[in-house]
Amino acid sequence: MIWQLDLAILTLVIFTAIAAISVKDLLSCAILFGAYSFLMCLLWAIMAAVDVAFTEASVGAGVSTVFFVAAVFHTTRRTRD
Amino acid sequence: MKAAGLIIVLLTGGLLLYATQDFPPWGAPDSPASTHVSPRYLQKAMEETAVPNVVTAILADYRGFDTMFETTVIFCAGIGCFLLLRIFRQKPEDRYYRHIATEITLHIKGGKIPEKSREFERIDTLWTPYDLIIKTMCRILVPFIQLFALYVIAHGHHSPGGGFQGGVILGASIILLAISHNMRTAIARISERIDNLLMAVGVFIYAGIGAVCVILGARFLDYGNLSVVLFVDKIMARSHGIFGVEIGVGITVMAVMISIYNNLASAGKQDEGL
Repeated sequence: MIWQLDLAILTLVIFTAIAAISVKDLLSCAILFGAYSFLMCLLWAIMAAVDVAFTEASVGAGVSTVFFVAAVFHTTRRTRD
Repeated sequence: MKAAGLIIVLLTGGLLLYATQDFPPWGAPDSPASTHVSPRYLQKAMEETAVPNVVTAILADYRGFDTMFETTVIFCAGIGCFLLLRIFRQKPEDRYYRHIATEITLHIKGGKIPEKSREFERIDTLWTPYDLIIKTMCRILVPFIQLFALYVIAHGHHSPGGGFQGGVILGASIILLAISHNMRTAIARISERIDNLLMAVGVFIYAGIGAVCVILGARFLDYGNLSVVLFVDKIMARSHGIFGVEIGVGITVMAVMISIYNNLASAGKQDEGL
């Protein structure tokens, strides 16, 4: 485990997480969740849990982003709170 | 209210960070996670199941019940989305058709649905430009994605992957077809009836392999006794049993992903979306 890489990815994870809950536009929130999932996938890969990383990449970063976008498409794009 | 929420979040986060100090260091050999059953799995998985990827051996063999009910949870998620979102009674809506040769768009209000024709193609109500590059690229890409998904399912014994990941990638290939062309193209490939049937078929394969083990005189999901019907020794029978249930998981996950996407993106009408 390379700790510099680990630290950089963990910082990015925190930033994307805060950005995802504070952004007003729900479509960008969905994309940020995809980025968050992908960073988590990198983190799992660094921790040598390749099976989990694979699942995170396909389910978290891939399909769930599509589901979020599909849900935003049929509801509203702006959040009120 | 917002300040209270922030305080609660900070307190909980601080507590969690404080609690992580008690964790054993990463990869410590004396941590609880790697002392009780893990060494046994790591030492015996290869000779007991002939599966080099220990994760797959644990998921599908030693913890077979867990994975079976995980598959059932995914099946229930698909059924739940279907029951919540699907609208069966449709009143005739405005439809848009494009004349393929001249690209003139026709707007048909209500009435009977026109028959399929070679000169006109139905387009979505929302803005849909005809994009040759995206359509061609995705059409070429989809078979390769599906081939990779089948590889992930079949090679789960030796490399990371397995039923869940492969099933999701298979479903994603059909979703890519639905996004790049339109939903009717994807539904023409896998109709809703077939898709909903496949959801149940995957769980049935998984539970059915367990039931076959019971019929052959072993316990539920104890693949060793499948050697009688597969004509291999007991260790290889466990490997083949794992492969069988992975196929079941893959079928269910693929069908559920397609079903959830179709219902979600078309708001239950299953004719146009995204």
